[in-house]
Amino acid sequence: MAAEKTDEQQVKMFGNLACSRIRVDREGWISTAEQLSESGARLLTLWGTDDRDQAGGFRIDAAYLLSDSVLVVEHRMVDEGEPWYPSLAGLFPVALRMQRAAYDLLGISTNESDDRGWLRHGGWPQMVFPLRRDVDGSQQYPVVSQPYSFVSVEGDGVHEISVGPVHAGTIEPGNFRFSVVGEKVLRLEERLGYTHKGVAKLFESLTQHTGHRLAARVSGDSAIAFSWAYCAALEAITTTTCSARALALRALALEHERLANHLGDLGSLGNDAGFAFGFTHFSKLKEDLLRANSVVFGARYLMAFVVPGGVAADLNTEARSLLLELYDALETSVINLRTIYDNHAGLQDRFREAGRLDRSTAKRLGAIGLAGRASGLACDLRVDHPWAPYTSLAVTMMTQKGGDVAARVQIRFDEVVESLRLCRALLTENDSGVIQATVPTAQSNQLGMGIIEGWRGPVAVVLETGRDGGIHRCHTHDPSWQNWPLIEHAIIGDIVPDFPLINKSFNLSYSGQDG
Amino acid sequence: MWNTLSRMLRTGLLTEPLPKLSEARSVVEGLPLEPMQQNLLNILGRALCIRHVDAGSCNGCELEIQALGNPYYNIEGVGIKFVASPRHADLLLVTGPVSVNMEEALRRTYEAMPEPKLVIALGDCGACGAAFGSSYASRGGVSNAIPVDKTVAGCPPSPPEILRAILDLIRPAADEV
Ligand code: SF4
Repeated sequence: MAAEKTDEQQVKMFGNLACSRIRVDREGWISTAEQLSESGARLLTLWGTDDRDQAGGFRIDAAYLLSDSVLVVEHRMVDEGEPWYPSLAGLFPVALRMQRAAYDLLGISTNESDDRGWLRHGGWPQMVFPLRRDVDGSQQYPVVSQPYSFVSVEGDGVHEISVGPVHAGTIEPGNFRFSVVGEKVLRLEERLGYTHKGVAKLFESLTQHTGHRLAARVSGDSAIAFSWAYCAALEAITTTTCSARALALRALALEHERLANHLGDLGSLGNDAGFAFGFTHFSKLKEDLLRANSVVFGARYLMAFVVPGGVAADLNTEARSLLLELYDALETSVINLRTIYDNHAGLQDRFREAGRLDRSTAKRLGAIGLAGRASGLACDLRVDHPWAPYTSLAVTMMTQKGGDVAARVQIRFDEVVESLRLCRALLTENDSGVIQATVPTAQSNQLGMGIIEGWRGPVAVVLETGRDGGIHRCHTHDPSWQNWPLIEHAIIGDIVPDFPLINKSFNLSYSGQDG
Repeated sequence: MWNTLSRMLRTGLLTEPLPKLSEARSVVEGLPLEPMQQNLLNILGRALCIRHVDAGSCNGCELEIQALGNPYYNIEGVGIKFVASPRHADLLLVTGPVSVNMEEALRRTYEAMPEPKLVIALGDCGACGAAFGSSYASRGGVSNAIPVDKTVAGCPPSPPEILRAILDLIRPAADEV
């Protein structure tokens, strides 16, 4: 659609979803974004690349989700002077943090005034941009910690509470600054980036055939989504076709990942609302599923299951009956527990109205995935842009209108039941095709994109091949980039003690966004 | 209410016996629960308090630590509890390679702990940095930032492996007391 509205140069793009790519100049970067914003497209991800080794200067890319495809808009900063591009944040607020991250890694700036580091907290010098080709990624620097200027709220009786980066529970690190009056939250500002591990730079030292292992570890709770997205990008570039069997097994593993996370969250949400019974029962169900994973897939967490060309191993012969039995047991328990949750006055009192994000705010902020669906935005790539094997599974999209914790709980209940249906259907795929096709080495400078709807939302991996089987650039995107800013809005007017519950109801990834 | 009670009754007690200590070189069968609890009390005179710090993990290791609280492992039932402050902690359980952005917070947490400051570095990342290695953003294994008493391999290590490492570590510590 938008691709046709411009006569700029069309560049080839591979992907598991329909993808196209256009090259624009600086004005085109903004005018295309305006057209896309008007047409209702959503910004999926944004990343920078150092192409100076190929005499191309620096490059910025933005991938947009359109109603029927993905459009990547590319702009090369080849002018003299400091590389910069116009900010997209006015049109797509989710761009802001991604642009700050692109600056920290590459030194490419925008016309935004917020120049605070997002990924760089003082762990490396200000003028070192680690993703530049002439920077040695293995070099270490002493930490020079720097103050971070949170936006402060003035007013009578307003005070600030700072939480983190180390939190009280077994969770990931991040810093939250609340401005409160009494217990009521006037403003929340998040500061993330604490678990930045230099993933993008590391990819450039790996080969096309080993990158999936790192992808699986971008966010451990989404190992299948990320490793599948990586492999889908590589397979698209090399025009490798995976067998129906291999794809069914990947989808089975992806649905298990969704189930495990949803079951865990349902338990923790009960717990955070003072109903320990919920934690006990849901954590038991999650453990049952993980133990089944270990029997049928050989591991509780599937860091090594998705490999280029297919999957690492087929299910053993007992797997089918074991899994069908497990699914029945899970379904019966979950339906029973749902009745208990629904009828528990104390629980519902905490869930309802807490952390409410209405549809129009969610839409304006670019909400995506589970949190978007809980605020009434119909977006699930398994339904909107299905890829094999979802093309033949007819997934039912679950949405809720409430936008509160209760809605995010209900979505999880609905999705657990739907996932169990999908798992049963996937087990009937018994074509005995090879589970691992041979993936040839790609030529250099091929760009491919893998997009997989994980349990939080769409996970994207952009892979650009390098010479001799290497990787020129690999960008990984977790939907938490979109959804973290939502919490800053959802908490307004609620009380500080409700924050853990509200935060848990989104359950976003720190590692996935920090990279 | 009736529903809740009936579910509790139907589910019954799920807690499994603790894994044996690794000196016994045994598979995961069990020691009876009470002697182990008694052991802990003998060793520490109270429950074992653990503070967890994610120093840059991918969140995989966290999921397995959280699993220790499920009714099968029921870690609180044997007197091991996770505490919110390092000042109350006997043991620091650290996950992930140490990201440069977490290095200072990790050091401060360690410094805030009382003696004997036991530290377990969890997972392949905690042990040596694994997939993330050492780089401009990562210091690699936890021992590059603070002293480590024990490492637990695995990506992520399973709950029995974590539990076994904890028990292994506190027993010799008790012998010194
Ligand atoms: S050891 Fe594995 S699961 Fe644990 S933090 Fe490292 S990559 Fe994640």
